[in-house]
Amino acid sequence: MIAGSNLEKVLASGAFAVTAELGPPKSADPQVIIDKANILKGNADAVNITDNQTAIARMSSMAAARLTIEQGLEPIMQMTCRDRNRLAMQADILGAAALGIRNLLCLTGDHQSFGNHPESLGVFDLDSITLIRMVKDMRDAPQFQCGEEITFAPKLFIGAAANPYADPFPFRAMRLAKKVDAGIDFCQTQIIYNLDKFEEFMRQCRELGVTERCKILAGVAPLKGAGMARYMKNRVAGMDVPDEIVERLSKAEDAQDEGIDICVEVIKRVREIEGVAGVHIMAVEWESAVPEILRRAGLKPGSSNQGEQPGGHIT
Amino acid sequence: MITAERKNFDEIRRMTDGAQKLLVVGCNTCVAVCLTGGEKEAEILASQLRLARKQDGIGGSVETVTVLRQCENEYLDSISEQVQKADLVLSTACSIGPQGLVFRYPTKAVVPAMNTNMMGYVKEHHVWTEYCVACGFCIIAFTGGICPIARCAKTLLNGPCGGSQGGRCEISPDVPCAWQEIYDRLAALGQLDMLKRILGPKKWNASNSGGPRTMKMEGFKP
Ligand code: SF4
Ligand code: SF4
Repeated sequence: MIAGSNLEKVLASGAFAVTAELGPPKSADPQVIIDKANILKGNADAVNITDNQTAIARMSSMAAARLTIEQGLEPIMQMTCRDRNRLAMQADILGAAALGIRNLLCLTGDHQSFGNHPESLGVFDLDSITLIRMVKDMRDAPQFQCGEEITFAPKLFIGAAANPYADPFPFRAMRLAKKVDAGIDFCQTQIIYNLDKFEEFMRQCRELGVTERCKILAGVAPLKGAGMARYMKNRVAGMDVPDEIVERLSKAEDAQDEGIDICVEVIKRVREIEGVAGVHIMAVEWESAVPEILRRAGLKPGSSNQGEQPGGHIT
Repeated sequence: MITAERKNFDEIRRMTDGAQKLLVVGCNTCVAVCLTGGEKEAEILASQLRLARKQDGIGGSVETVTVLRQCENEYLDSISEQVQKADLVLSTACSIGPQGLVFRYPTKAVVPAMNTNMMGYVKEHHVWTEYCVACGFCIIAFTGGICPIARCAKTLLNGPCGGSQGGRCEISPDVPCAWQEIYDRLAALGQLDMLKRILGPKKWNASNSGGPRTMKMEGFKP
């Protein structure tokens, strides 16, 4: 075990892992986290705590991750390069590890122009790949980015994102391979609707040896209706929603139910693809759909240590 | 070339309304090429100000003078007489101009008429694109001669982000994705292997994070 997180154990056991997303609120209210954690508890091996998602200021991912641990659910703390420089990031990495956080997902982050502070300064001191390398060095060397020694290393299971639908397509698997070289242990993909393209992406990953060195969790998400599908298709950077999906939802009697069905079909298909080690369910602001998705997909989180306090001791 | 655009007229009015003797100083180099702050533009701005001030019943005078380059003392020295007579100097140069004037005439109030934009490449006639932000540590040897520091919205060093689509940047369909261009160019050169290496954290201390920079030609005697 590298970090000893629940997610790491589940993936190492060969069980099909399930992660979900838990977005912190735009407020200081801890109850929001507590409520969402209680919906997701038992329905995920670990949950992603987003970091100022889409560049909107929210409760910090570190604080929300700690609150999640207190609810008996394991967090995957997300960290983006947009809002802080390498000093602040290392401080947060040490702090997160000290608070019992065992999984860290390293992201470049959406550009600040998308959020509620479009006039802010984007930092991007590092990019996701140099961040990954820094975290790996902090954990394994162990040393700070400057080369100075760390006396008590942060034990973290390191993750990243991959988007098979961004361009240039031939570089996508190669970019994930770079992240593997930089030091990731797992990755979660962008939400998948276009399965043909995803299959091709996975084939390239296998060819580059990525699937042997990194656990890939396929991103999935239930759509609430045709409107949401169209919005994601046209307005969200890096999304690929085929027309059939939009059509299916617009014709459905109960669009939410159909959205869950589509999500379940995607899960069943990605499960068949060689190298897919789990799914990451992104039911943003619809966390309550997750238990139903799991039921219909016949999935049980592979938790090898349920009941045990995740994240281990605070030292 | 350095590009600068004139501030909006109301902002210039607010900065200058209190002055009795206003001197507009033009610059005949970069800002003249971008048709925003050369002799002609300085004169046009002065006439606009005269007219507006007259309408508002503000007395006093608005004079103009233009130098070849506001970034050099010799040229600034040559307008000493006009500057001394003025009680406010309005510069239409890039922001080096007004700061040079402040340095050269420490007791004079100086305000800028311009917003300095960038160092630009002349993409086509009267269209400039930012190709460099003078980061002080050039890495374009690794990126096919295309600068991701200036041209990628997230200054990425290791390839396109997940928002790159159809050759466009995630921030806007009007903005080309620098990393798509880098990829295409390296592909055309048969150098895609360059992209496999991981470029380490950027040294920012050579740019605007390290305090003001000074460049000195060693061994050069004036
Ligand atoms: S790497 Fe730095 S010096 Fe080179 S072109 Fe880009 S901004 Fe300019
Ligand atoms: S889309 Fe391209 S240019 Fe825009 S931030 Fe991403 S990599 Fe940079």
